[in-house]
Amino acid sequence: MKIVVCIKQVPDTTEIKINPVTGTLIRDGVPSIMNPDDKGGLELALELKEKYNAHITVITMGPPQADTILREAMAMGADRAILLTDKRFAGADTLATSHALAGALRKLDFDLLITGRQAIDGDTAQVGPQIAEHLGLPQVTYLCDLSFDGKRTFTLTREIEEGYQLLEAEAPCLVTVLASARNPRYMRVRGIVEAYSREVETWGFDQIEVNEEYLGLKGSPTQVKKAFAKDMKAPGSVYEAEPEEAVGIIISKLKEKFII
Amino acid sequence: MDFNLSKTQILFQQMIHQFAEKEVKPLAAEVDEMERFPLETVQKMGPVGIMGIPIPVAYGGAGGDTLLYTMAIEELSRACATTGVIVSAHTSLCAVPILEYGNEEQKQKYLPRLATGEWIGAFGLTEPNAGTDASAQQTTATPEGDSFILNGSKIFITNAEYAHVYIIMAMTDRSKGTKGITAFIVEKGTPGFSIGKKEKKMGIRGSATCELIFENCRIPKENQLGKTNEGFKIAMKGLDGGRIGIAAQALGIAQGALSETVKYVKERKQFGKPLSAFQNTQFQLADMETRVQAARWLVYRAASLKDQKVNFSSEAAMAKLFAAEVAMEVTTKAVQCHGGYGYTREYPVERMMRDAKITEIYEGTSEVQRMVISAKLLK
Ligand SMILES: Cc1cc2nc3c(=O)[nH]c(=O)nc-3n(C[C@H](O)[C@H](O)[C@H](O)COP(=O)(O)OP(=O)(O)OC[C@H]3O[C@@H](n4cnc5c(N)ncnc54)[C@H](O)[C@@H]3O)c2cc1C
Repeated sequence: MKIVVCIKQVPDTTEIKINPVTGTLIRDGVPSIMNPDDKGGLELALELKEKYNAHITVITMGPPQADTILREAMAMGADRAILLTDKRFAGADTLATSHALAGALRKLDFDLLITGRQAIDGDTAQVGPQIAEHLGLPQVTYLCDLSFDGKRTFTLTREIEEGYQLLEAEAPCLVTVLASARNPRYMRVRGIVEAYSREVETWGFDQIEVNEEYLGLKGSPTQVKKAFAKDMKAPGSVYEAEPEEAVGIIISKLKEKFII
Repeated sequence: MDFNLSKTQILFQQMIHQFAEKEVKPLAAEVDEMERFPLETVQKMGPVGIMGIPIPVAYGGAGGDTLLYTMAIEELSRACATTGVIVSAHTSLCAVPILEYGNEEQKQKYLPRLATGEWIGAFGLTEPNAGTDASAQQTTATPEGDSFILNGSKIFITNAEYAHVYIIMAMTDRSKGTKGITAFIVEKGTPGFSIGKKEKKMGIRGSATCELIFENCRIPKENQLGKTNEGFKIAMKGLDGGRIGIAAQALGIAQGALSETVKYVKERKQFGKPLSAFQNTQFQLADMETRVQAARWLVYRAASLKDQKVNFSSEAAMAKLFAAEVAMEVTTKAVQCHGGYGYTREYPVERMMRDAKITEIYEGTSEVQRMVISAKLLK
């Protein structure tokens, strides 16, 4: 089985602060990490590697510094790493990003394509499904588990609000994975020791198969109208009371604030 | 001269820090309180490669160097000093001596299982009457046919009870003193080998520290490690490396106590201000940080000298001497900055202060480190 996992480098949003004046993210000094859902996807791939002896390629589109997460992925057990980087990709929204990735994926042979559900810096959950559309692949989002018959057919379990869906799909297909569905392994010490002596392939526009119109800023229809920080709510008051007494408390509080 | 960490070291720190935070720290208080050996942590460290960092890939290890190994002991000990010494005794005093002095069969037999954490290693030199004066060994090894017969006892042995492989020093020629000691590999379960009394300790309470008893314990001749009568040299070289591990343990304890203190003084308010607003608190923190950093570079330098395969005995002794004293000083100040809360088990600095003390004692007391350092100066 051949697997490709798309991974993204993101700022660790648990460490991020918002500039109260401009309402924008302060990214300075915030550590960069592998997007958690993508790491969940990589863990799924690594489990499949152990089970089916799969070969794993990781690919990321990003600036040269994104090299770090590819090294991390190799230290976890990925076999091949590709950094997709080119000035012509810069300024991409989710659509242009998915076109660039699809362009690279046309040059790769795979049975299974895994992406994270969404990235913590954008939370759009669009890139995975868009890639599937560009490449005409069946897609299964919110994947929990999967098995492979060794030839062409995947049996997939997908999480939905009321429970689980059991599906079948033909290879090649795309799945998106949640961080919570998997407990990613630690990088292996041996993998870390070897990570920087292994090759990360760098691919630019010339290595991929895509219409240049679809890329970068000019291929990006999304415009950010406004970014703002949500107001912090003051901590509420907690009362312990029997229902009848509680109704009284609520009504008097609402009256106090002239809501009723 | 370059004081920056390499990309590999940065990646390693990222992993080991996460591992310590998620897998080690949550257990530390309970492991101390219950005097419980954290076997489940060893089982988690094995697959990651933490039990065999400086062991070559050919023998099932991670193929890392002493510096990475040192950083691992530091980070583990920052969270839990018990976990730090388990890995340190296992690696520095058992796996590495087998790597450096073992023959090919011994390396093939023991290293892959030690490096993956399937087996735990230990080292037995100290005896009731041979502590600082390690040359006063009374355990004997008598050749008999194709075996050696061991008789005697060892005390204070780290990882005992849980270890599968022990490197044991014994007298093969009493008339020759230190030049009559030979090293042996003894496996758990060998008839005549048993575990005696388990110590109740001030600190590192989760690490097993026991007596080893040898009563006509027969071990095959092929379990001799290194040459006959070369055991004392193997033990001393092993301890040189081990001291880097213990220095890293002391450094980790000190860093742990400092980090806890920085967090605490920002939260705790007195006289309407956080403790961090008082100049005394600020100056205490500055002194703690300065000492921890100084210790760190001594420790890293000793490790890097070992990696360069030059003599590092004196540097390892300086690193251990200094880092251990820094650990005592910083943990004591940390408790002071926490006030009464720091004296209780509600806060980890209480444990850290108890854990720090051992680093001034084992693998050579601070007095012994001073002997090693001055001996080189006066040579
Ligand atoms: C928790 C723990 C774990 C241990 N793990 C191991 C292990 O895994 N393997 C192992 O072999 N050993 C182990 N030890 C033993 C440890 O290394 C010894 O306790 C240590 O070397 C000191 O020996 P001692 O206890 O006999 O003290 P002593 O040698 O009796 O020393 C007592 C004091 O006298 C001082 N002193 C002694 N001689 C001199 C001198 N000539 N000049 C100046 N001062 C001197 C010492 O520095 C010390 O302060 C462990 C000990 C402990 C407590």
